[in-house]
Amino acid sequence: MPKISFTRLQAITHLAAWLLVAWLVFDFFSGRMSVNPIQEIMQRTGRYAIWFLVVSLACTPLNSLFGMRQALSARRPLGVYAFMFAALHFLTFSGLDYQFNWELLLADLFEKRFAWIGLITGTILLVLALTSTKGWQRRLGKNWKRLHRLAYAAGLLAALHYAWALKGDIFRLQGNVMMPLVAGVLVIVLLLARVPAVKRGVQEFRRR
Amino acid sequence: MPIRKFNSPPIPASEITPEHVYLNRRSFLKAMGVVAAGALLAACGPAGDDGSAVSPESSSTPGQVTEEAVDIPNTFEEITNYNNFYEFSLSKESVAVLSSDFVTSPWQIEVSGQCSQPGTFAIEDLIQRFPPEERVYRMRCVEAWSMVIPWNGFELASLLKAVEPTSKAKYVRFETLLDPEQMPGQKSPLYPWPYQEGLRMDEAMHPLTILATGLYGKVLPNQNGAPLRLVVPWKYGFKSIKSIVKIELTENEPATLWSSIAPNEYGFYANVNPEVDHPRWSQASERRIGELTRRPTLMFNGYEKDVASLYAGMDLAKYF
Repeated sequence: MPKISFTRLQAITHLAAWLLVAWLVFDFFSGRMSVNPIQEIMQRTGRYAIWFLVVSLACTPLNSLFGMRQALSARRPLGVYAFMFAALHFLTFSGLDYQFNWELLLADLFEKRFAWIGLITGTILLVLALTSTKGWQRRLGKNWKRLHRLAYAAGLLAALHYAWALKGDIFRLQGNVMMPLVAGVLVIVLLLARVPAVKRGVQEFRRR
Repeated sequence: MPIRKFNSPPIPASEITPEHVYLNRRSFLKAMGVVAAGALLAACGPAGDDGSAVSPESSSTPGQVTEEAVDIPNTFEEITNYNNFYEFSLSKESVAVLSSDFVTSPWQIEVSGQCSQPGTFAIEDLIQRFPPEERVYRMRCVEAWSMVIPWNGFELASLLKAVEPTSKAKYVRFETLLDPEQMPGQKSPLYPWPYQEGLRMDEAMHPLTILATGLYGKVLPNQNGAPLRLVVPWKYGFKSIKSIVKIELTENEPATLWSSIAPNEYGFYANVNPEVDHPRWSQASERRIGELTRRPTLMFNGYEKDVASLYAGMDLAKYF
């Protein structure tokens, strides 16, 4: 029997994800979901997906810039949970909200930029979750790393999807744009942290 | 507050939730819990859950005017705990808490602009002069949810007639109180505060357009726009500006808060129209708060008969 062991950060990740699920279920059954529970479930799972994704993107720079090796161990579970919440988010939208009414769903999915951007983001997360295993890592070899860089695209698209789901204009910084803006800026900063020149700069600064 | 029943409301006032319907709603929610739990646990394709979700339409007998027959007012609790009032919070559930200490007395409304009898009115004088009557209206939010609300209020036309608009008065502009100390949301630089809205003169004079001072026979709760708010039932909810301090008759089309934030998304007219989508989401259907299934959105929110003539010959996709 294989030995199951967690690093501390992995344990925290698992605990956080399942506590959020438990909280959601508890709130639902005790009526703490506003008078529009379907919207509330959709918004919460969407937010969880984005924040798990952003934190998963922080793992690599935490290791390469600050030497937190353990962070790497939490990267996969963080990413897989991001996918799980994104999947719940999509199921809430398609199943609970639209009751799998394909006519209405298709009208929304393909005509509305915010919906199809969400769909693309979800598809990326699905592919990344499916290929997150050791087996796929081996099989894809060098290409695995290339494929999984799509996580950054997913992060940016998720922030855009978030912004376009709210009333405001993120490019003019008007209206309800604060949280999507924070998410988007974080993804960009984390992406910059992987640029070799930036990496060298931070490492030199730390050595001083 | 004196309440006078309106003789022919668009939705019969007799539709106020009978207790068995109210209790039924709870079991409805429970049934939904089972569906949701199924979705959360199974996280797979469509299970045959259709049986537990009986759509209200399917239970009404043929020959009934269905769009009116199914309009059961939302509960006081629903109406007062799910509010879009960004001056207090972006969270619909926090508005009730954050607005609880909002001071609405004394309160004055300045009516000015293109009229021969401009004036400043105290809210209690307005209520005395224009006794509120009950109006049960559908309210359709641009975010695609809706409620049915038993307002108490008086026709905006009565107030406008009293100030005697001149021939130059083509539009009416409304403004919300600007007080960032009391309304913390107004400290955000992301919005061009104060909230402002506008109507064309004929829309403002329409008998369906009211200034609300209460709901369910009670004084208007702070979170719903106390002490005085506009209600224009055939337009998206954001047109119905809350906590009004200024009403101005103007010659030109006034700017509105949402159309200054995103002009290509929020127009001046903002009539409920299932055929003209918001650029980002469909307006074809909506969720009535308390219901499981989405229902189709009605043209002019179901008030087509009363208001369609105001827009005769207008391209509603252009003037959205």
